[in-house]
Amino acid sequence: MKKILFIISIISLSAIALSINSCKSRNKDIIRIGINAPLTGDIPKVGEGTKFAAQMWLEDIKKSGGIEIGGKKYPVELVIEDNESKAESAVKANTKLITQDEVLIIIGPQASKQAVPAGGVANNYKTPMITAWSTNPDTTKGRPYVFRACFLDPFQGPVVANFIKEEFKFTRAAVLYDVASDYPKGLAEFFKLAWEKNNGPGSVTAYESFTTKDTDFSSQLTKIIKSKAQVLFTPQYYNEVALIVQQSRELGFKGPIVGSDSWGSAETVKLCGKACYGQFFSTHYAAAGAKGETKEFIDRYNKKYGYIPDDVSALTWDALNIAKKAMESTGKLSGDIKDDRTNVRNALAKIKNFKGITGEMTFNDSGDPQKCAVIVKISNKGEFEFYKSVCP
Amino acid sequence: MTYFFQNFINALQWGSFYALIAMGYSMVYGILMLFNFAHGDVFMAGAYIGLGIATFLMMLFSTAAGLAIPGWLILIITILASMMLTSLLGILIERIGYRPLRNAPRASAAITGLMIGIILEMGNLILFGAQRFSFPSVINTVTYDLGGVFFTNKKIFIVGVALMLMLSLHLFIKKTKWGMAMRAMSFDFMAVPLMGVSINRVAPMTFALGSALAAAAGILYSLAYPVLDPLMGVNLGWKAFVAAILGGRGSIMGAAMAGFLLGFIEIFTAMVFPSTLRDLIAYSIILVILTFRPHGFFGQTHSAQLRL
Repeated sequence: MKKILFIISIISLSAIALSINSCKSRNKDIIRIGINAPLTGDIPKVGEGTKFAAQMWLEDIKKSGGIEIGGKKYPVELVIEDNESKAESAVKANTKLITQDEVLIIIGPQASKQAVPAGGVANNYKTPMITAWSTNPDTTKGRPYVFRACFLDPFQGPVVANFIKEEFKFTRAAVLYDVASDYPKGLAEFFKLAWEKNNGPGSVTAYESFTTKDTDFSSQLTKIIKSKAQVLFTPQYYNEVALIVQQSRELGFKGPIVGSDSWGSAETVKLCGKACYGQFFSTHYAAAGAKGETKEFIDRYNKKYGYIPDDVSALTWDALNIAKKAMESTGKLSGDIKDDRTNVRNALAKIKNFKGITGEMTFNDSGDPQKCAVIVKISNKGEFEFYKSVCP
Repeated sequence: MTYFFQNFINALQWGSFYALIAMGYSMVYGILMLFNFAHGDVFMAGAYIGLGIATFLMMLFSTAAGLAIPGWLILIITILASMMLTSLLGILIERIGYRPLRNAPRASAAITGLMIGIILEMGNLILFGAQRFSFPSVINTVTYDLGGVFFTNKKIFIVGVALMLMLSLHLFIKKTKWGMAMRAMSFDFMAVPLMGVSINRVAPMTFALGSALAAAAGILYSLAYPVLDPLMGVNLGWKAFVAAILGGRGSIMGAAMAGFLLGFIEIFTAMVFPSTLRDLIAYSIILVILTFRPHGFFGQTHSAQLRL
């Protein structure tokens, strides 16, 4: 009897806790914006950058008294959810943001691994979502409610392939990527296509993969070195970049190692050290040598949080400002969250030549912006230096 | 040929980690007849403790203080100190996780390890946050090129220390009284306590030894792969568990050898087949091995049945 009482009391306590949580009354005059970010898991720095940029943006909104829609100022509230850098958690986070928190629009998730499945949820619930950083085409494909603030992998792959061709005149490349993650897998394929188009079939001499959480790449790298590749392309996240670059040098690989926008984190150089100096990667913006509003953003962020913002922070900033512009141009909020979501989505699709800090954007039919890519070189001081700009 | 030798060296390093961790699994199994599933996370804890000690020592003996001591000495102090501290953690796990459940049903005792593992992971996550730490470069990497086969001073150090630890453990178990007590306990844990050997002493010591080995593995691992994260022990722990089974439950040297074998199978599978299929093929091979040798390489059929 005691045991049954004990179990019943635990169940009822948790039920009470849950009901308190879900019964929070919703104020119709507040705009809620959901942020779905990887605060823990494999890429916590990306989540942190997202959160910091969003909080800085919120400060500005608060200062001006809210977002003005049709002559009325609406205060803004951010609902930040952690997706643990997992696909299933990102789906859960999106569902919670949409059904429980009743957000008007979602920013994130950032990595394609989470953004591809989470985008499906947003689209099913007819809630606009802007991913700032996901470059995989599947994120927005056939999903009218999903947008993004960055360029796509089918564009980035050829950018890197052409850059290596022009810069080094190499003809033999190797690829090492994580087969269990949407972003590296997609980008590796687009790079291979572009490279073989330039240099003929068989010019990708080794196309090697591993799975998430692997730390030893020695057998793959030994294979790559044996294939006599002149350059290694590895579209990985910062924790793997450090290990791949260090191990490839220890195994005697002498050629350059080139990466993609996932390298663009302050952590890359911190974890990788001198081994990464002098390497190149393609990305959305370069912090060193930025001008105008971009510089203002970088300085402010640096002053507030103590480090130069990553591309993901800059893109999140842009995504939030696009969202703001779309909300403003809807003219009015009806108070019915479903109608408002659709109105915001339609307004987003109509935005032309939006001037963001990472470049000018106009969304095409699939919700993807047309914008330029930047090639960055990691300098001998470990800074990300602007090297050249490549436009579509 | 150089290709083969290069992979041989890679496998030797990779297998060292499996071997060191698998020995800990096997030792605890020999005494308590259950696998300590927190072992992979003890490995993680050892690496983090080592990170703390190494960072502290580097600061203390930085050249500015005028007390410069060579990097390899710092490294050895770090390994020894972390082994000691982590073995205390092992004793603690035994005391609060396993001892109260010694007479509980097997399944309850088996899942305590899982829970302690999760507590260690999440505790670390809360303590240090989700960010990655890079292990300080205590010694400078020197790369040697031997006719196209590349290896570093770190690789020699890792494999050397791993082999040395295995040998010392072997001698400890075979030559000392404590070792004899452990062997006796694994032979019959009902009768041996009646002879005056207390399980409350042998079990903590076994945990301490296993944890010390895991700590050493953690630091050696951080030397080779200097990116530390709270979940670094999960995958490695599970794979080392496979090695412990493959070696034969309760057989310590069997676990060490199976650890190396696992490293070799993984690396050489990737050498021959596309790397995407590495784990698929590697673990299929192990499944086949177990089909023909269900008790592993050195497992004793009768004793395992007697105990269970």
